[in-house]
Amino acid sequence: MNKKILMSGNEAAGEAAILAGCTFYAGYPITPQNELTAYMAKRMNEVGGTFIQSESELAAINMVFGASVAGARAMTSSSSPGISLKQEGISYLSACELPAVIVNMVRGGPGLGNIAPAQSDYFQATRGGGHGDYRNIVLAPASVGEMLELTYKAFDLADKYRTPVIILGDGILAQMMESVELKLSRKSKFPKKSWALTGCKGRSPNMIRSLILNPRNMENLNIKLDNKYKVIKKNETRYEAIYPHTSKVVLVAYGSTSRICREVVRRAREDGHKVGMIRPITLYPFPEEVIRNAAKKSEAILTVEMSMGQMVEDVRLAAAGPCKVSFYGRSGGMVPTERAIYSQVKKLLNRKGVR
Amino acid sequence: MKKVFTKPESMYDRATHYCSGCGHGVAHRLICEVIDELGIREKTIGVAPVGCAVLAYDYWNFDVTEAAHGRTPAVATAIKRVHPDKMVFSYQGDGDLAAIGTAEIIHTANRSENITVIFINNAVYGMTNGQMAPTTLIGQRTLTTPAGRNQKTDGYPLKISEMLATLQGATYIERTSTHTPNDIVKTKRAIKKAFGVQADRKGFSLVEILSACPTCWGVTPKESINWIEDNMVPYYPLGVIIDRTASPKAEDAESGMRV
Repeated sequence: MNKKILMSGNEAAGEAAILAGCTFYAGYPITPQNELTAYMAKRMNEVGGTFIQSESELAAINMVFGASVAGARAMTSSSSPGISLKQEGISYLSACELPAVIVNMVRGGPGLGNIAPAQSDYFQATRGGGHGDYRNIVLAPASVGEMLELTYKAFDLADKYRTPVIILGDGILAQMMESVELKLSRKSKFPKKSWALTGCKGRSPNMIRSLILNPRNMENLNIKLDNKYKVIKKNETRYEAIYPHTSKVVLVAYGSTSRICREVVRRAREDGHKVGMIRPITLYPFPEEVIRNAAKKSEAILTVEMSMGQMVEDVRLAAAGPCKVSFYGRSGGMVPTERAIYSQVKKLLNRKGVR
Repeated sequence: MKKVFTKPESMYDRATHYCSGCGHGVAHRLICEVIDELGIREKTIGVAPVGCAVLAYDYWNFDVTEAAHGRTPAVATAIKRVHPDKMVFSYQGDGDLAAIGTAEIIHTANRSENITVIFINNAVYGMTNGQMAPTTLIGQRTLTTPAGRNQKTDGYPLKISEMLATLQGATYIERTSTHTPNDIVKTKRAIKKAFGVQADRKGFSLVEILSACPTCWGVTPKESINWIEDNMVPYYPLGVIIDRTASPKAEDAESGMRV
């Protein structure tokens, strides 16, 4: 049974969690994700799950740690400053190979910043964020519908790979309302969690720890995690590409920014310019291959972000030389306009040496 | 021949990593004896802290997870909410519970989470070689109070159990010690009582256990017994600090919003 309704990105993330069988949510108030916390308070009560408004972000992420230890599907959400506080727990979740879903509706920063949309937590999300040698799967929806789909999928990925999954949204995606289709009949696959702490009846005791005093053993865990990330890279890399091989200029953008870039591509094509776009859907693993190929076939790549330039570093690493990679961004809660991006594109199209 | 002594089933038979005279081993063993006596080994989930007792899982023969420094009450809260029928306890030292984890312990007690906290107070940070703890006594020399703790610059030793007792959610809090056989017997009784409070679903219970750290106090194990008696007990009086098991709901009526 499907149901078409109008909802915000915050609500979509919450409903997706409920549909995915998430039974534990802990969160702390912060704008622009408050509607998600309120949604979970209401829905967890309805489905018989647990909702806790925690005393801090530290408590929230460590409650998620506990719920995950106990074998439940668990989620927390916040926005940039709160996500900084959660890094302690995310590092421990990664070390203990515990599944969890963490939603970050990114706002302008650094510091307390503001409550306007931003993409300046890209480094934090894709490089691990906390201490130690680890990565998170990072999913970047670009619509309310995709917020629903990707948050739902995040729970399966988290369980499959026993790793935290970050949903990297922003203030626009959190607050914006769009119509979505709820697939109410689908059932998530719950893997058996033989490692979870449930009391040791009928088995030897389980232990979950990240203190590994012997450096050789700690290195072995890091090698194990790294091998897992390689498998994730091979299996889970996702992107959307519009004219990636027939364009002189290829835009690279994710999330809300990609929606503005999509309009730029449409207008440029109408004007007869060969412009395309690559939209990473997974920010980690990053879709390197499609960007490498685009770099070989196009003359310029323009990365557009709501930051001073973070993803552009990954784009440059992936492009590895053959074409120029430029950057255009607005920061601190400012949103790049279609006109400004198009004017950057035109500069690249008119550049000397561009065929 | 009649067997007069056995190790608890809940405890692995292993050489200890704790120093001579350390109180952790006694506390570990008492918890395990209580779990055995209640017959709940297979339904117990423990949460180990950061500190010397992080390695508690090397001794406990039941499900155990580690938690980040100070966060054991948050982790235990979630485990208990997911498995309300399991016996969930956290084990914390004074730095873990009364410094870095102050917010977590206060709010866990205030929500009256149905868990048990075993709180080891040895007035010092043991694992990091002996810095000032929130419970370090006035005048006590540590690595970070080389001239002795001075209340003017270091504040006063924190009576966290008395603080927690003011919270309506705190159902049962008792302070015991491990420096005499009699006190050890009382400690075991308190742990059993606290586990009973949880089994009866009456809410938050905590047992604070005064415990020796001869290594960081710079005394012999034998001297450490007198150190507890002479220095700790006068400041941290032993006994039941709060017991709301009889009428845990009495104060609820007063605090409700009338709508």
